[in-house]
Amino acid sequence: MQTSARLLPWLAGLSVLCLTAGGIWGFFFTPDDFRQGSTVKIIYLHVPAAMMAINGWIMMLVTSLIWLIRRHHVSALAAKAAGPVGLTMTVIALVTGALWGQPMWGTWWAWDPRLTSFLILTLFYLGYIALWSAVEDPDTAADLTSVLCIVGSVFAVLSRYAVNFWNQGLHQGASLSLDKEENVADVFYLPLLVCIAGFVLLFVTLVLLRTRTEIRARRLQSLLARERMA
Amino acid sequence: MPDLGKYAVAVLGSYGATVFLLAVLVGVSLWRSARMRRALREVEARQGTTHG
Repeated sequence: MQTSARLLPWLAGLSVLCLTAGGIWGFFFTPDDFRQGSTVKIIYLHVPAAMMAINGWIMMLVTSLIWLIRRHHVSALAAKAAGPVGLTMTVIALVTGALWGQPMWGTWWAWDPRLTSFLILTLFYLGYIALWSAVEDPDTAADLTSVLCIVGSVFAVLSRYAVNFWNQGLHQGASLSLDKEENVADVFYLPLLVCIAGFVLLFVTLVLLRTRTEIRARRLQSLLARERMA
Repeated sequence: MPDLGKYAVAVLGSYGATVFLLAVLVGVSLWRSARMRRALREVEARQGTTHG
């Protein structure tokens, strides 16, 4: 708790700095795309949010596995803390994707492999949060949500690689690639990297803050239970 | 302000929705953290226990 208390202000400050710098750079100081016009500015929100939605679930998978294998309580609480943060990222990705898709594809939504698997991931996030709330015993809740997290990981992976697996649908392939030909142009790439750093730092900050809250909530429950027994 | 042309609604809508959702998430996280810290402090003071 002491280490995280020392880290939190730095992480929060860095995330605000990166998000502000990346957002201003991308919105005000990058040109329009020759095909997509000014809608290309949505990339600075859509791509980082979608990345964090998927990576957030992967983080939850890792911490859930640590809980299942090592019974480490803080890892289960970290997974619980990440749920609402990941859900918000998926909603941002879906909303910005629809707003971007309408002028570019002529539709807000299509049952394309990537979009559909991403929507299912959103439903898994909702189910995960609901399951934590529905089960009273915290260890049982951690067990059940960990299993749900493992099952949902299929859709986290599908969301990322659906375009490669099926090679169909409206959604394009990865915006960021090690292949220079496929990667977005440098003028968009650099502010995008800053925005991605901002979203990663914000995710870590919020998960840390919310994990501390969950640890306090757990301690409060045990103290109140002790008070009732006395 | 850059000229967003006919896509102004899509671009500004995206930025507005993102800022709103992130603000709600950060606000709720901070509010819940403060509320839990206060509640724990009260119970610890009542029971004469401390936490690290």
